[in-house]
Amino acid sequence: MTDAESSTGDEGVLSAEVDSRRQLWTTAMKPVVETPRWWWPAVLGLGAVVVLGLVAWAVQLADGLGAAGYNDGAFWSVYEADLVTFIGVSYGGAVVSAILRLTKARWRAPLTRIAEATALVTLPIGMLFIIPHLGSPTRVWELVWPPYWNLSSPILWDFFAVSTYLLATVVFFYLPLVPDLPVGAALLEHQHDRRAAFTRGLYRLLGSRWSGKAPQRRLLEGAIGLLAIMVIPLAVSVHSVLSFAFASSSRAGYSETIFPVYFVVAALYSGVALVIVTAAAARRLFGLKAYIHTKHFVRLGFILVAFGAAYLYLTFTEYLVDGYSNTSDLAAWVHQVLVGRYWIPFWFYFVAGGVLPLALMAWRRTRSVTGVVAGSSLVLVAMWVKRLVIVVPPATEPLVQRTLGPAGLSGGAWGTYHFTWVPIAITLAATAAIPLLLLVVFRFVPILPIDEMEQLVLEAEDVTTAARRAVPGLEPSNRPGAAGEPLFLPSTSTATASPPSGFLPAAPPPGAEGPPIGPLFNQMTVADPSDLDPNGPSRGTR
Amino acid sequence: MSGDAGSCDSKDAAGISERRCGVGETVEQSGTVGGQSVSVGARIGRRGFLGRAVAGGASLLALGALGDRLAATVGANPAAAATDGTPSTVHQWAMVIDLRNCNGCKLCTQACQKAHFLHADQTWIDVFQMETSAGDTYFMPRPCMMCEDPPCVPVCPVSANIRTAEGLTLVDQSRCVGTRICMNSCPYQARYFNWSDPEPAPRQPFPQEPSWPVPQVKGTVGKCISCAAMLPSGQLPECVANCPMGVLYLGDLAFDVAVNGIGNVVKLSSFLAENDAVKFKESYGTNPRVFYIPGHGQDIDSD
Ligand code: SF4
Ligand code: SF4
Repeated sequence: MTDAESSTGDEGVLSAEVDSRRQLWTTAMKPVVETPRWWWPAVLGLGAVVVLGLVAWAVQLADGLGAAGYNDGAFWSVYEADLVTFIGVSYGGAVVSAILRLTKARWRAPLTRIAEATALVTLPIGMLFIIPHLGSPTRVWELVWPPYWNLSSPILWDFFAVSTYLLATVVFFYLPLVPDLPVGAALLEHQHDRRAAFTRGLYRLLGSRWSGKAPQRRLLEGAIGLLAIMVIPLAVSVHSVLSFAFASSSRAGYSETIFPVYFVVAALYSGVALVIVTAAAARRLFGLKAYIHTKHFVRLGFILVAFGAAYLYLTFTEYLVDGYSNTSDLAAWVHQVLVGRYWIPFWFYFVAGGVLPLALMAWRRTRSVTGVVAGSSLVLVAMWVKRLVIVVPPATEPLVQRTLGPAGLSGGAWGTYHFTWVPIAITLAATAAIPLLLLVVFRFVPILPIDEMEQLVLEAEDVTTAARRAVPGLEPSNRPGAAGEPLFLPSTSTATASPPSGFLPAAPPPGAEGPPIGPLFNQMTVADPSDLDPNGPSRGTR
Repeated sequence: MSGDAGSCDSKDAAGISERRCGVGETVEQSGTVGGQSVSVGARIGRRGFLGRAVAGGASLLALGALGDRLAATVGANPAAAATDGTPSTVHQWAMVIDLRNCNGCKLCTQACQKAHFLHADQTWIDVFQMETSAGDTYFMPRPCMMCEDPPCVPVCPVSANIRTAEGLTLVDQSRCVGTRICMNSCPYQARYFNWSDPEPAPRQPFPQEPSWPVPQVKGTVGKCISCAAMLPSGQLPECVANCPMGVLYLGDLAFDVAVNGIGNVVKLSSFLAENDAVKFKESYGTNPRVFYIPGHGQDIDSD
């Protein structure tokens, strides 16, 4: 994302519909305050799918992994593909949030909370796949039991990498949330149900020390910036080490030097796709159209196809080089994938996960929200299938009978993985768990990063003013929609605002830092609490 | 796989070339396998490579001390023990498989499954029907190769794979959590998982332990143990004892002797040398302790 790219779109964030700060607050907090009519049915429906998955897991626990279709001819399959897929989709959070933060792409602001929440939710789900994957899940704790550690095992380093990444993801979700917590607590002041009281208490607990004063803010910004830098190598390490678990073998198709890059790019690709789909769903369900625009999707779509093209390229080089080498095992494996027993899933990936998303973005007519979301949905499914194509064929390879006899290139007896209902149910349960957990998360946190969005406006003004002073030649007016213009607030409401310290109504008005906006805030919230009251006259959602 | 022996390709009928080398061209000559030191020349094993990589990478980052500690930890594993400085009084078990006599009856497989109460598909010693480039078939029994540098050992996250001082790779099923990464890394497909409850077994003469994992444990990996618990009392492994063709020999590299189930006793080193014995998939750096004696003009994948 170049600077010009990111700045030209700021007018996209500007919207006539967004006319006040209060609207930002109410929109961001609406999912927390109100229970939409569809919420419980959705949660119960998704919960039912999760329960079905748990039942399947119980069956597998009783009968052994054979119940999931595994056998000695196919020792790794769907759970390993799931592990890679679900940990992979958590990368979207890292990309959209960290990379766009570091590149100072200001249009990211309305998307960061959604992206970070997606990472927060998918990473633990992905990690949980270690449990059905294990043969003896009752002893899963032994994997993390230091006396048993074998430092040369890639799986152990997977554990180190993923748990570090999880920690970073949680902190990366929490830190940008801190300034929003006092705002949220204040907005919940007039809610009297138990959940609002609980949420308010939670906000007070987690955000109690936040005053919004300049030193705190500098510290927070520094921490978020540092974390944004750290999250990227951490994310890269996770899928790299994960790929070593496959590559530490002598199997054609696993023992590939391309694997770490291949895995990381695949994770970024599917991660961005999940952020797109989640953002589209959130925009629809929680009425975020005023903040998340077509341009957001188109830009995410460009990021998506950049990764998609990179992944297609890596796939191409992998099969080309291995196929060309023509050693018996590599040739047999490439043959099986491209035209042999695995051709359907491979070409499904090629069309649905490789070509179609690119085509949808290339064609102006489909470069729309629908087009991008359709492409992303295809990517999510196709990349799961592609993970199966990566995991299953080498695991079914015959290693002893590798001769090229009359049996053809398949040479020897390839193993076969047979899908049963058990892994399908567990995979569906994990898929359902993503929206389920997101619905729960957005019951408790503002869906838009209130403070970040406000800060960007102020920052933009500050930067412009400072830049004007420092560099006399710089003409911000040359760049339409550049830093000088507010992102989503009409200039009337922010013209006098400076770093907003003291969001809490009770907080003392800031002194030297500029004109206070605390009173303005108080006035807006206290004046008409019914605005946020689900039972209030102005809203009839119940 | 590896780049050696470049000039021994051939084309088969389908026009697909595969590296097929004459037995003598790439394999280690058998004269070098007698005695204690089985491997020739300095090998950097997987473990050594990892250790060096970790140490090198760490010192690049000017974290020398940490690197040393990591390298020391990585190196301090039983697998590293066998090739260097093993006292000669310790047995160094090996196996010789004389392919000239195998008729594919699979009695070895059955005897092994019966003794260890295995499912029918848990073929700890499997007999594969192989094909030569000329289209002839021959039979090839394949137990665990008891690799000297076993790829299955370093990958286990919970250190459930062990390599004994006598050169046997064993699985501690009370430790194994069933990640199956060792099944991935074994180049010989010698490992078998317990996908369901094991066959019921009566009370055993030995406790359930790595050297006698009977009955098997659901959700863990099992494989040929070279009948480790039977060896100290002078019993031959079940498969060796039950091969009517005398194909399978139990050998001892330390005492340079091998014996098969029909009473042949041979001097191991000269037996291997005289019969041009080869190891299976040598280029993988596993250094198996199972030696194959070809004889059908076959091309064992020894490169
Ligand atoms: S043959 Fe396979 S299971 Fe046996 S020691 Fe070698 S790598 Fe391990
Ligand atoms: S040595 Fe024992 S465990 Fe190994 S294949 Fe023979 S009978 Fe089975």
